[in-house]
Amino acid sequence: MSQTNENLQEPLLEVSNLIQHFRVSRSFTVKAVNGVSFNIYPGETYGLVGESGSGKTTIGRSVIRLYHPTSGSVRFQGREIAGKLDGETREVLRKDMQMIFQDPMASLNPRKKVEDIIGEGLMIHGLAKDRKERQQLVGDMLKKVGLSPEHAARYPHQFSGGQRQRVGIARALIMNPKLIIADECISALDVSIQAQVVNLMKDIQEETHCAYLFIAHDLSMVKYISDRIGVLHLGYMVEAGTKEEIFSNPVHPYTKSLLSAIPHPNPEVERHRTAVAYDYASSGIDYAAGTEHSVGGSHVVLGTDEEIRTWTA
Amino acid sequence: MSENKTILNIRDLDISFKTNAGTVHAIRGVNLDLQKGETVAIVGESGSGKSVTMKAAMGLLDANATVNRGEILYTYTDEKGQETTVDLLKLPKKQLRQHYNGQRIAMVFQDPMTSLDPTMTIGKQIMEGMFLHKNMSKEAAKARALELLQLVGITDAEKRFKNYPHQLSGGMRQRVVIAIALSADPDILICDEPTTALDVTIQARILELIMDIQEKMKLSVIYITHDLGVVAKVADYVNVMYAGKIVEVGNVNEIFFEPKHPYTWGLLSAMPDLETEDDRLYSIPGSPPNLLHEPKGDAFAARNQFALAIDEKAEPPLFQVSPTHWAATWLLHPDAPKVEIPPELQARLERARKEAEKYL
Repeated sequence: MSQTNENLQEPLLEVSNLIQHFRVSRSFTVKAVNGVSFNIYPGETYGLVGESGSGKTTIGRSVIRLYHPTSGSVRFQGREIAGKLDGETREVLRKDMQMIFQDPMASLNPRKKVEDIIGEGLMIHGLAKDRKERQQLVGDMLKKVGLSPEHAARYPHQFSGGQRQRVGIARALIMNPKLIIADECISALDVSIQAQVVNLMKDIQEETHCAYLFIAHDLSMVKYISDRIGVLHLGYMVEAGTKEEIFSNPVHPYTKSLLSAIPHPNPEVERHRTAVAYDYASSGIDYAAGTEHSVGGSHVVLGTDEEIRTWTA
Repeated sequence: MSENKTILNIRDLDISFKTNAGTVHAIRGVNLDLQKGETVAIVGESGSGKSVTMKAAMGLLDANATVNRGEILYTYTDEKGQETTVDLLKLPKKQLRQHYNGQRIAMVFQDPMTSLDPTMTIGKQIMEGMFLHKNMSKEAAKARALELLQLVGITDAEKRFKNYPHQLSGGMRQRVVIAIALSADPDILICDEPTTALDVTIQARILELIMDIQEKMKLSVIYITHDLGVVAKVADYVNVMYAGKIVEVGNVNEIFFEPKHPYTWGLLSAMPDLETEDDRLYSIPGSPPNLLHEPKGDAFAARNQFALAIDEKAEPPLFQVSPTHWAATWLLHPDAPKVEIPPELQARLERARKEAEKYL
């Protein structure tokens, strides 16, 4: 889907050279994200993968402006949103970009009813005239995510994990966003519930044509849901491309190690498989020295000329 | 690998919890065997009772739990070299804590953030068990602790010894937890979702580490997990649990290549492998039953597209498929209509068997 879109459409989100540092003290700064660039087109799913500490969640939070980016540019629907936001931009951003969080228990206010949780944005942005209209809209949304309108009067603790995540999805969707940032939104769920939530997300994308920034560390799920994938390590995007390019022809040693670690539900294969180890400190690779190299199609790899030559040889 | 000596034998375990809403019948007659040196996995959704079963063996059940029936027999060689069998459920709490927990049966918990004491250095935490169970001197304990840290793959052990948990990464912390579990040379290691909180790369390393140590120390390991990828990697035998009962048990190849229970089919289908190209993932419809209300007939019937009329009325017994493979579904009854595995799963099993042949 994405390939045809690229030529026809303007990107929905353009992130270029995003840097996010956190100053802890005068002598210590956490360099969480170091110059990451990627585009997301309307209606596609972009997967960000990497281990914990690679900066994938930070990127999601910087993009939706939960953090103030240190430098770089983030353009959303053609508007710059990395710097200071004026009132109008803020309005657009808060309406058209939504987030689904990892832990469905921690991200829902336990003292509010589901109706108030989902309907809060409607009231703030004046999208519902009165209580009655809000009730109607919330009820419709609950049906869409596979719950029933009667659930609106309940509190979050009265739901199971999968149902709670549906409430989180409903809250994001009710604003009719163009981009949804899903930060590890299925990691906390059981395998069979994961499948239900992923199917729901796919259905909704088909219906509303929204784009997803899908952040996860479960590679088989990322492969299943994403059109394009970016692999992050230590705040650098080491490799990016369509999912076919990444999975059938991984170039960067980190990507190779990541792919080799995916567990296969096949005991014979598992017994003979050992994960390829990758240690940045002893590998002799300096991410900061590398530049983006295209290795065919939209497939790009971070590295110096020489490194790329040895990896592709 | 196994010497055919059963060291843990759970018979007809039945546990219920008293809650404000009523009595929850969480474990409904569980049988489980663990042989020396082998690895058994218990798989199931959250709320299926897999953790409760093992907590019962450790004497860690909450105060509102009642053991209605059953026994957990543990066989070991005592200090005098005599083979002894005890029922862990009948032992007084104090004796269980002093002589079994940690010393003979150790447990690794899911979340390495919460299972370590943030106010104690990791070295002290590793030595704690040795002082309590082995009466070791400080010097001997320290030497052993450093040895353990190296065993679990922590390179600069001497330096790490003085670190506090917050100074370590998640994977490192889980290694420390494993080192603590191993500190008193246990017979049985129970791993409750040991890698759920960790990344894939670290997960693979931790699992390989546990397998390696198991080989070296002749441990028997029980894994509690919902991740079938983990099961495929580590297990010899697999127990699939649903609503407080074991619905299918078999060796790992039987479960992955010839599953018989529709619930196992569902679990296998719901997990995408790297070749899954279908538009929709298979998901088991509905959600697990609420065990506040005793399920009538087969607990899985309501979510089972292959359910038969009898499933509503009577609970299926375990039918034997092979000497090691049993499944509790009426579909295996000789009078049952023949039911084919869903075609997508069939194709996948076919693919898996082909892949496996390369190694045979």
